[in-house]
Amino acid sequence: MNEKRTGPWIEVWQRLRRNKMAVLGLIVIVFLILVAIFADYIAPFTYSQQNFEAALQKPNSTYWFGTDNFGRDIFTRVVYGSRVSLQVGIISVSIALLVGGTIGAIAGYVGGWIDTILMRMMDIMLAIPGTLLAISIVATLGGGLRNVMIAVGIGSIPSYARIVRASVLSLKELQFVEAAKAVGTRTSKIILKHLIPNTMAPIIVQSTLGVAGAILAAAGLGFIGLGIEAPRPEWGAMLNAGRHYIRDFPHMTTFPGLAIMITILSLNLLGDGLRDALDPKLKD
Amino acid sequence: MIKYILRRVLLLIPVLIGVSFIVFSMMHFAPGDPARTMLGETATQDQIDQLRDELGLNDPFLIQYGRYITNVVVNQDLGRSYVSKRPVANEILTRYPNTLKLAGLGIGLAMLIGIPVGIISATKQYSWLDNITMFFALVGVSMPVFWQGILLILLFSVTLRWLPSSGFDTWQQMIMPAFALGTGSMAVIARMTRSSMLEVYRQDYIRTARSKGLGEWLVINRHALRNALIPVVTVIGLQFGFLLGGAVLTESIFSINGVGRLMVESIQRRDMMIVQGGVLVFAFTFSVINLGVDILYAFLDPRIRAQYK
Repeated sequence: MNEKRTGPWIEVWQRLRRNKMAVLGLIVIVFLILVAIFADYIAPFTYSQQNFEAALQKPNSTYWFGTDNFGRDIFTRVVYGSRVSLQVGIISVSIALLVGGTIGAIAGYVGGWIDTILMRMMDIMLAIPGTLLAISIVATLGGGLRNVMIAVGIGSIPSYARIVRASVLSLKELQFVEAAKAVGTRTSKIILKHLIPNTMAPIIVQSTLGVAGAILAAAGLGFIGLGIEAPRPEWGAMLNAGRHYIRDFPHMTTFPGLAIMITILSLNLLGDGLRDALDPKLKD
Repeated sequence: MIKYILRRVLLLIPVLIGVSFIVFSMMHFAPGDPARTMLGETATQDQIDQLRDELGLNDPFLIQYGRYITNVVVNQDLGRSYVSKRPVANEILTRYPNTLKLAGLGIGLAMLIGIPVGIISATKQYSWLDNITMFFALVGVSMPVFWQGILLILLFSVTLRWLPSSGFDTWQQMIMPAFALGTGSMAVIARMTRSSMLEVYRQDYIRTARSKGLGEWLVINRHALRNALIPVVTVIGLQFGFLLGGAVLTESIFSINGVGRLMVESIQRRDMMIVQGGVLVFAFTFSVINLGVDILYAFLDPRIRAQYK
């Protein structure tokens, strides 16, 4: 028991706790996750409920964030929008991590021509700027939540492949891997049981920042009309709808814009904090 | 040095072939029949079949790809738009200068502000100035380019009426798009410059320079900055790719007649030939920029130069 209390993760948590901005980021993210889970109880209206008599109202006591051109409550739509954003962020990063991580682990551990081929494939994907790759995948597959998650996920596969490969390369010469090999452990088991757990630190940092990037990318797709289908609320699409009313009703863009920025900022604060906490060498 | 450059140029070829293959496959297997898109709703099945035959759409996939890539390499021909029927290369080339100008101004602005901010932050580590600038840098990274664009329009076009909200011909029209697009990279460059400078500060040769009694300005300028900027150069190259992607959004907000906006409109019209050509041109541009960065890198870093002596 004593050993557990001073285990590496406890240490990381203690270091993270001292970073006020990172803790703030963490609190905001936990809050956002709760909002997404309990959206049904928090939102005063349903997100698709139209009320043309109440269209384009500025923020007031009934409609806290005002209403849009269809008379839908913007507060409700921002609350439900958190579901879409967090879902896209988490699932697309999981896709990228799973595929990219596997590719990186195999490339790094096996080496040789397999490494060369896999990493050249990653270079090819990296040559297409991420946003553009996501746009072309959505253009091919069509919009919708699932396709957006796939598109954004595929776009970030190479960065995870590179990170995991680099970690595995530095680990595979270490004694505990040699030992596992010497007792005849299967390659797949060495990768899964011994290498991957030890590459966690950079992966956690990259994933936190990656969720932020994925949410931004999905919002960008929504903004150019390639995202989730209406009437499901998505912050980027809400911004796009609101920009046509910017002269007279800026509240339509202010709140979804703030929601995106606060989410991304919190994830970045947490990601930065985690980086410092997980790699004390980087911090002087 | 020449050997290094040659090697990097040669490496570009398989990457670009790979990119063209990925993009071509994606567009090839996209739903929708190009012949039907070209002929419109009223066409008969016979007409569609005939056009499919003429365009070679019934040939095996690899033959179609081979024909496409040969045309691209030999004739610089990216095919014809399904909708306007004009050559894709023309459609893209007339808009390409605007996109390049936008991304160039964005990265220029990002370097002009990001590098000095990063240096100042590093020299005054943990001061209030450092804390404030780094907080704003983080806000800058977190700000979606499209929201920033909207806010800029709201402030400078709608409220203050200082700058026009669309177009890209005069410098007044260029300020807001360049700024909206460049902010994110500016923040990344500032953060990178700061951490790179801090890293260099810990090196022995800086201590030596200081102990020789050199002034702080000279230490920063002659010893620290040169070495600290090497990793920053890489980041700038990568940011350029990010900016090309961001240009798609920026062009949409400010109604700039560029390749990005053309692509978005083409996706909506299902004009896949243009989308395909656009992605290829963007990937080519990004690869050439990164090639330039790698060469510059070798030029700046004597260790790389030495490897290829």
